[in-house]
Amino acid sequence: MPVRIQAEDFDVARELRELRDGNRAVGAVAAFIGTVRDVNDDARVASMTLEHYPGMTEKALAGIVDDARSRWSIIDALVIHRVGALAPSDQIVLVGVTSAHRGEAFAACEFIVDYLKTRAPFWKKEQTPSGARWVEARAADDEAAARWTSSSEPAS
Amino acid sequence: MRDPDAPTVSLVYLARLREAFGQAAERVEIPPEVTSVSALRDWLAQRGGVWAAELAPGRAVRIAVNHALARPDTPVRAGDEVALFPPVTGG
Repeated sequence: MPVRIQAEDFDVARELRELRDGNRAVGAVAAFIGTVRDVNDDARVASMTLEHYPGMTEKALAGIVDDARSRWSIIDALVIHRVGALAPSDQIVLVGVTSAHRGEAFAACEFIVDYLKTRAPFWKKEQTPSGARWVEARAADDEAAARWTSSSEPAS
Repeated sequence: MRDPDAPTVSLVYLARLREAFGQAAERVEIPPEVTSVSALRDWLAQRGGVWAAELAPGRAVRIAVNHALARPDTPVRAGDEVALFPPVTGG
């Protein structure tokens, strides 16, 4: 299963090594790591809690990976997303994609991140000096995801 | 006592909506006219108070039926699990 939801941290080097382990057809590995910022919307973030919708989350992420596979000739993909309590600088998410050549890996990795941010059921709640608040969705994330369905879709 | 044969759906509330509604889940009997996601939303909004406020037209609410993102015209049937939540903010 190329999708994992977990509270524990992950070791990027080990995960990417295992993703391409023993497969000599792999010529490119692209990876995205999302981390917790200490400032968001002008407020200092002391910590955050990530909530998800068990049951749907795994299905949504697997569907996004399947979608990427149908669009690009990739060899494998991995998504690890953390939930629970996180502090600034902590790793939140890892997306890794392997392919024969870099173009497919770069594109599929960006696509998976863009779709994850707009379609996978995760929510962030930040602790700030003025209290706890749910993070608001950003229009820029919807626009980033919409690029993949427009007529100007990047050629694979 | 609830009629065991009455059509019910499981409702799940997440993140800000769970806090606003004061509950994470409930099972409800749906009236015959509630056959779609948009009809269910309007029906829940008729509870008034925070329900009317959070589910008012124009408020960004995402709805999933049986773990798949739904559209306003997605059918709702007895036995479905319907989740209501704010736009997602993971990644």
